Amino acid sequence: MEIVCPAGTPAALRAAVKAGAHTVYCGFADETNARNFPGLNFSREEMQEGVRFAHAHGAKVLVAINTYPRAGSETLWRQAVADAETAGADAVILADPGLLDYAAQSHPDLRRHLSVQAAAANADIINFYARAFGVKRVVLPRVLSVPEIAAINAETEVETEVFVFGGLCVMAEGRCSLSSYATGQSPNMNGVCSPASHVEYRETGEGLDARLGGYTIHRVGRDEPAPYPTLCKGCFTAGGKTGHLFEDPVSLNAEQLIPQLAKAGVTALKIEGRQRSRSYVAQVVRNFRTAVDAQAAGRPIPQGMLASLSEGQATTTGAYKKTWR
Amino acid sequence: MNENLVSIPRVPSVLARPLGLAPLAPLSLSLNAFARAVARNHPGLFRRLGDHAHSTFVLDPTDLPFAILLEPRGGAPKVSVGRGAVRGDARIAGPLAAFLGLVHGAFDGDALFFSRDLVIEGDTAAALALRNAIDDAELDFADEAARLSGPFAAPLRRLIALTERRMGICLSRPPEEAAW
Repeated sequence: MEIVCPAGTPAALRAAVKAGAHTVYCGFADETNARNFPGLNFSREEMQEGVRFAHAHGAKVLVAINTYPRAGSETLWRQAVADAETAGADAVILADPGLLDYAAQSHPDLRRHLSVQAAAANADIINFYARAFGVKRVVLPRVLSVPEIAAINAETEVETEVFVFGGLCVMAEGRCSLSSYATGQSPNMNGVCSPASHVEYRETGEGLDARLGGYTIHRVGRDEPAPYPTLCKGCFTAGGKTGHLFEDPVSLNAEQLIPQLAKAGVTALKIEGRQRSRSYVAQVVRNFRTAVDAQAAGRPIPQGMLASLSEGQATTTGAYKKTWR
Repeated sequence: MNENLVSIPRVPSVLARPLGLAPLAPLSLSLNAFARAVARNHPGLFRRLGDHAHSTFVLDPTDLPFAILLEPRGGAPKVSVGRGAVRGDARIAGPLAAFLGLVHGAFDGDALFFSRDLVIEGDTAAALALRNAIDDAELDFADEAARLSGPFAAPLRRLIALTERRMGICLSRPPEEAAW
């Protein structure tokens, strides 16, 4: 199975390739990609150098252009597709049907992957994207169980890529605007969920307050893990009770499910975290490369050591095992 | 699950305490010269700071009796050291070893933040930009110091290696051999 690794900077790309990534995904330094954070992402020149480095080491580069074009500014997104092809990218990861159509018409030789932001969660819609826009691979939303993924693979020729590690969203992928209510910016339009410019931490007598857009989203005691203030993972008090309303701040870790995912017909395993450091990238990639090689050789998957890298310092297998059912 | 937490060494108080009495001007001058040399060798670091290239950062090593004020000034950085209330747009506090590990890519910044080994106050976006810019720069303080040391580079490298072994801190970039 192919490991698809995040890179928020050229240094992280090199770290991922050296750590054993088969493929690296990254984005341009603007709102065309869903990790539009300060200090992150690639200039056009950096993208070309990154692709050269990856190809020289036998790895591929995918360029994520996976936000939804703003009306009147579609040129920015179209130019990103053209620049990805010029840089020598192996594929682009797109979500918007209009942009997919543009890429299919104007850059037919550039391989197209469907972003998780498109929330394609059944074989009919995936096959539609394949017929209409020549999509070769779909990144499945993190709402499917392993049997559901197997059912999709049984009915489509499109390759499937699934997340195996990193941050989780509670909403159907790509359809969340919670962040907009507190900050005016959303993942789909601006490439940022809970932008850092609206985040503030305050040490108080009661603990650490994590605030977003002036609202306290979470308060933790001295010895508890620090939270990032996303509304969906906030801890609220209502009706005399305090708790996580939507979701606990935990991260996905499906490394022990790699054999089942392989059996379900999955082509590629994706690691979340373009906003993370090259240290994170190297550790996670090395871990998953070891696991995938063990799977291919018929050896047991080694026990993971990645919890400390996770949000909330705790992990879950998420929807892959729907234990709440 | 809470296994595999990173263990961050602290500067022993027997070493840190005398620094509380030492004059800070020589340290400021040395760090300033060092920062200028880093800026010359890594101009991309300041480009990556983008809108935050003129923000001010307080780096507060909690196991040392002073804090560092870093002013990137768009590529002509200024560094000064102070005791008491040092003010800037963003303040990042944590053990010295955490800062050094971050600079050299040995630690993940988010993991240190989740575990509360690092604390961020003030302009979170500026702090994030600085973290990302430094992570991309692939700095190696041992290399930078050796470049400034002329004929003393070799003994300096030996001293740095000895300090790393004895104190468990990261003063140079760990080797990144291709794993596959």
